[in-house]
Amino acid sequence: MSCFGGNVLFLDRSDINTDEIIPAKYLTEISKQALKPYLLEDLKLQGFDPTIDIKDKQVIITRANFGCGSSREHAPWALEINGIHVVIAQGFARIFRQNMFNCGMLAIALAGKDIDRLFAEFAPGPAAVDVDLDRNILSVSGNGQDIRIPFTISDFDRALVEAGGWLEYADKKY
Amino acid sequence: MGKTIARKIFDSHSIDNPAGDIHVIRLDAVFCHEITTPAAINDLVSRGKDRIFDPSKIKAVIDHVTPAKDSKTALQGKILRDWARRHKIADFFDIGKNGVCHAIFPEKGFARPGFTIIMGDSHTCTHGAFGAFAAGVGTTDLEVGILKGVCAFRYPKTIKIDVVGTLRPGVFAKDVILHIIGEIGVSGATDHVIEFAGPIVEDMSMEARMTLCNMAVEAGATSGICCPDMTTVDYLWPHIENEFSSKAEALNKYSCFLPDADAEYESVISIDISDLSPQVTFGFLPENVKPVSGMEKTPVDQVYIGSCTNGRIEDLEVAAKILEGRHIADSLRAIVSPATPEIYRKALEKGIIKVFMDAGFCVTNPTCGACLGMSNGVLAKGEVCASTTNRNFNGRMGKGGMVHLMSPATAAATAIAGYITNSELYEG
Ligand code: SF4
Repeated sequence: MSCFGGNVLFLDRSDINTDEIIPAKYLTEISKQALKPYLLEDLKLQGFDPTIDIKDKQVIITRANFGCGSSREHAPWALEINGIHVVIAQGFARIFRQNMFNCGMLAIALAGKDIDRLFAEFAPGPAAVDVDLDRNILSVSGNGQDIRIPFTISDFDRALVEAGGWLEYADKKY
Repeated sequence: MGKTIARKIFDSHSIDNPAGDIHVIRLDAVFCHEITTPAAINDLVSRGKDRIFDPSKIKAVIDHVTPAKDSKTALQGKILRDWARRHKIADFFDIGKNGVCHAIFPEKGFARPGFTIIMGDSHTCTHGAFGAFAAGVGTTDLEVGILKGVCAFRYPKTIKIDVVGTLRPGVFAKDVILHIIGEIGVSGATDHVIEFAGPIVEDMSMEARMTLCNMAVEAGATSGICCPDMTTVDYLWPHIENEFSSKAEALNKYSCFLPDADAEYESVISIDISDLSPQVTFGFLPENVKPVSGMEKTPVDQVYIGSCTNGRIEDLEVAAKILEGRHIADSLRAIVSPATPEIYRKALEKGIIKVFMDAGFCVTNPTCGACLGMSNGVLAKGEVCASTTNRNFNGRMGKGGMVHLMSPATAAATAIAGYITNSELYEG
C-alpha cells in the first residue's frame, strides 16, 4: 500500500473547526484549486501565520476534536490541494474523519499521551512523519531523534483508502 | 439488552456490514442544498456517473445564499437547478418557494419517524426531532447517497439525556440545548446519537424539538433524536393522512421504533432544568455557555433572529411578543429572517411581521444568509452580534466578528435594550 508522510505542521490547539480550516465565504468555489490560498485563514492560534507556516508541510499534528463544526468536505480538499494528506490528532469530529477517508486521505487518532509526547519532543519543528500503512507504524523524526508509534485504523477505513475512496467502493459493491 | 430507537432504525435499514461495527444502510431521503451539492454533481458528472438512485427520495433547495449575491453563488444555484430538472426531481425548491433546508423539509413532511436521512450539511441532525436517524455528511457520502441510496455509519451508540423539572418563564428549548452543550462539551457526544427524552421534551412542540436536535452536532453527535409521539403525528398529519385511517393508527405504526424499556445506552444523563435561566454563549465554542445575567450589559451591534435553529413561527411569535409596542435601541440594527416562505406568510397573517417592522427590524427573505456569514447581515471586524443561530465560531458571521448565541426571546430583549439582557425582564 502507498506510503503517506512528510513535514509536520504542529497546531497546538483542540477543537479546530472546519470554519477555521476553510471559511464559509470560500464555499462558493467549485474547484479545489481555488481553495488553495485560504487554508487555515481564520485559525485562532497565537503566532500562527498561514501564509508562512503551511508552506512545504504534508502532515498536521494537532490536539483533540479536530474538524468539528460544518460538514464541508472543502476542509479535506483545502488540505489536499496544499499537499497535506495526513492529519494526526487526539481525536476527530465524525464527519471530518469520514470525509478524510472517503477522499482516500488519512485521519489518524492517537492517545492523548502520544500526542503530548509528539508536541513535547518535536514541536514546533522541523519534524517529519512517515506513515507505514502496511505495519501501522508512524515514524517521527526531528530534533535529533527518531521514534516509532503504532496506530490503528479500522478495516473499513483501510478498505476505503485501498479502493481510492468510498465512491468507487460503493458503486462497485451496492 | 433491548434496543434504542437509533438501533431499531439501523436494524431495519442495514444492507451490509462490511467490517467491524460499520453498517451500510439504505436511505429513505437524501437532502441537497446549493453549497455542498454542486461539487458532488460535478464530480459525479466527471466520473461518468451522473445518475440518481430515486428522484422521489431526493429533495433539493437553494437556501444558503438566495437570491444569489454574485456570479459564483448564481453558478452554484444553477448547477443544482439544472441537475434537479435533468433528473426530474419534483421536490426542488427554487427562489420564491425556497427556505432554510432544515426548516422547509420538515414543513413539507419529508422527515418521518423511522426514516434514514443524510444531507451534505452538519445540522441534518435537526430531522431527528421526528424520530428519524438523520446525519450530516460530506460531499463523497452525499455523492454515494445520490448515486446508490446508501451510506455507511458505525452501529449507533446512544447517550440518553433526560430533561426533567419545570421550565421557568423566559426559558426555551434553545436555553436547554445551550446548557446541555455547556455541560457535556463540544465533543461530549462525538460518534454518538443523543436521544432527548424526559417530560420536558415530551411536552415540547415539534419546533422546540427541532431546536434541540439541531444543535446536537455542536456536542459532536451524529444525530439528535426524539421519540415519535402524538405531537409528531399531529405535525405530520396533513402529509400522512392518506396513509392512515386515524392518528392512532399512525402512532401505532411509528411506535415500533420506540426504544425498548431495557434499551442499552452508553450513558444516561438526567438534567433538571428547574433552576435554569436564559443562557448565552461568550466565546468561540458552543460549549462556552453562561447565564444571560452573567453577560448583562454586553453591548451589541446587531441582533439576528433566524436560521434552522430558531427561525420558525414559534420563535418569531416569542420574539414578537417581547417586541410588541417597543422599538429597538438606536445603538444597534436588527434583522429577522423567517426560515421558510410558509413561516413568512404565517407571520404576515398573524401581524408578526408588522411588529418586527414597527420595532425597527429589517425583514429578509428566507435564507441562511448571515448565519454563515455569506449575505444579509455579515459583521464587520470588531462587531458583536446577538444571534439565534447555532455557531459562534471565530469568523462565522464575518471575519473578526463576535457571535453570542441565545434564544429568540433573549435576542428580542437585547434588541430593545441595546445590550445583552435577561429576557425575564420581559415576562408576560
Ligand atoms: S441556517 Fe445556518 S446552520 Fe442552518 S443550514 Fe443554514 S447556514 Fe447552516
